Amino acid sequence: MTQLLEALAWIADPTRWSGPGSIPVRLLEHLWYTLLGVGIAALVAIPVGLLVGHTRRGRGPVVALSGAARALPTLGLVTLFGLWLGIGLTAPVLAFVILAIPSLLAGAYSACEAVDPRTVDAARAQGMTEWQILTRVEVPLGLPLLIGGVRLAAVQVVATVMLASYIGNGGLGRFIFLGLNLSDYPQMLGGSILVVALALVIDLALRLVERLTAPRGAART
Amino acid sequence: MIAFENVGKTYPDGTTAVEDFSLEIASHEAVVLVGTSGSGKTTLLRMINRMVDPSRGRVAIDGEDVAGLDPVRLRRSIGYVMQASGLLPHRSVLDNVTTVPVLRGTSRREARSRALELLETVGLDPALARRYPSQLSGGQQQRVGVARALAADPNILLMDEPFGAVDPIVRADLQQEMLRIQKELHKTIVFVTHDIDEAFLLGDRVVLLRPGGVVAQQGTPQEILAAPADDFVRSFVGADRGTRTLHVEEIEGRRIVVDADGRAAGVLEPPAGGAARA
Amino acid sequence: MTWVLENLDLLGSRLLAHVLQAIPPILLAFVLSLPIAKLIAVRGWLRTSLTAGAGLLYAIPSLPLFIVLPLFLGTSIRSPLNIVVALTIYGLALMVPSASEALRAVSGDTLRAATAQGYAPLQRFWQVELPLAGPALVAGLRVLAVSTVSLVTVGGVLGVPSLGMLFIDGFQRGILEEILSGIVLTVALALLLDLLIVLGARVALPWARTPRRKGARA
Repeated sequence: MTQLLEALAWIADPTRWSGPGSIPVRLLEHLWYTLLGVGIAALVAIPVGLLVGHTRRGRGPVVALSGAARALPTLGLVTLFGLWLGIGLTAPVLAFVILAIPSLLAGAYSACEAVDPRTVDAARAQGMTEWQILTRVEVPLGLPLLIGGVRLAAVQVVATVMLASYIGNGGLGRFIFLGLNLSDYPQMLGGSILVVALALVIDLALRLVERLTAPRGAART
Repeated sequence: MIAFENVGKTYPDGTTAVEDFSLEIASHEAVVLVGTSGSGKTTLLRMINRMVDPSRGRVAIDGEDVAGLDPVRLRRSIGYVMQASGLLPHRSVLDNVTTVPVLRGTSRREARSRALELLETVGLDPALARRYPSQLSGGQQQRVGVARALAADPNILLMDEPFGAVDPIVRADLQQEMLRIQKELHKTIVFVTHDIDEAFLLGDRVVLLRPGGVVAQQGTPQEILAAPADDFVRSFVGADRGTRTLHVEEIEGRRIVVDADGRAAGVLEPPAGGAARA
Repeated sequence: MTWVLENLDLLGSRLLAHVLQAIPPILLAFVLSLPIAKLIAVRGWLRTSLTAGAGLLYAIPSLPLFIVLPLFLGTSIRSPLNIVVALTIYGLALMVPSASEALRAVSGDTLRAATAQGYAPLQRFWQVELPLAGPALVAGLRVLAVSTVSLVTVGGVLGVPSLGMLFIDGFQRGILEEILSGIVLTVALALLLDLLIVLGARVALPWARTPRRKGARA
């Protein structure tokens, strides 16, 4: 337990809370990379996922893709792109985007799919256009699932951003790898605690959003 | 007037739902398509608002082929009530009823005041307007479904087994309500059911379908009961079981109507305003 | 390609180490999840809180867990045992909610019918409930196996030998083939395990073959 205390002391050390390479800087870097990765992936994956879910076409390839992507080792992708594309933001962000896409895709198509087909049929029979069915029926009713996909993607990317520190990028993973190189266990542990805290905060925040976006009136099953 | 002209429907997987069907439905007439599952009755109904496009033949409303009409605009001009009500679960009763008028550009305020009137028309307490569909009973949901279909004041009302999922007592209630509404509003109604009693009760004209949308017989309930065209019709309307053959027996001075199995079906009342004539 | 041919021994030993770290957590998590799931399936509050907890646990990235665990286990940070324990915890976080859902999805009517026929509680669990939950359990197991195989690689950054070491070594020495062969082998191993599970399920649950899709219309 002394090591845990040392790690907490490492975090609490005021010199780590200002200047370049300090905890707030690394934290912001971490958040920024996460936002970048999930944001770009969302621009691609959510429209495609909604299209697949709404038309119920192309579900097979999407499911297969999400399944296969789960087998992809994140560390392998990060080091591969790092070696390929060199230092800079392109390599890690490409990896983040690729790893975020399956969860977002799955969230978006299951959001549409979870809506009772009879409700969609009735909406169409009332004279809603396909766009109105998507935006006024499927998305509002499936929003929690859509957000759930964003949550899984975000959590995945937070972990990957940490690994990307290994190939020289910023983010909270820096502390872990620095500690690893120096055999400085308190620093590794301190960095780990920070990453875990960040992941949990993001996870809980998005869970809250899921709750808040659950359509009122729709009986949850 | 709605006209089916030699329509047929074959799905891409090769199943033929409707072979060759023709029918004319006059304005303000209530026609009931009745048949078992596989008779293509729902497919035929959905051809009217282009939820299904026929593979052959054409469907015309007032002489105009629906295939040439924009499906979305067509659907907004036709009321549609389905079995599972199909209400939007995330919208209040009021918002469900105002959906189509608002889509058609009616102001929200106007649509709402009209919706509240409609709720009364279909026998619902306007206090329910703020509720969500899941907070209503099955019968109430179907009433909302009817109100929604009437909201844009369509000339045509399509009803796909609208009372199929509610219990018999509520169903009888809804059927009476439907008769009352029709007396008041005179819509052109196309009604689909598998329940022959419902068909005879609600239809000015009844079309009995065999599998594949083949017309077994059509006519008024009286015509069909008086002269079933064949054994299929006879068995469908229950004539062969004798449940439709009634006779009168006199018991303790009252005239009791009895079916072929000897079960009492009711008491024969003298015609209003006069003594019974033998 | 030449690098691969010259280093077949290395690839073989990394693959073996990888398999040895991946299989125990998969088996442990699957087997342990069943009694836990059975225990919580009928207890609403326990299930909700445990499922929520499992969800949170799953949000924790693996590397920090690898680093924190030795505090409690007393192992070295580079010990494969550390990896196995961490991945078993992840596996449970994934499998317990999925297994309890699978058990809950078994129709209560069927179970009551089995009881009425005279199945003892334990018999009923083994002979009725478990087989009926089988297909859903298999679906969970497949996710578990694939994600565990992928997670083992993360140990590579700590210096635990596995296919993950190929990424680290390949990156540091600038050998693209080494990283690529690591990725290919990891994915291949995951897909192979997945295939074995599917085939195994076909033998064990012959009635649950992928149901033929019903026609487009009901």
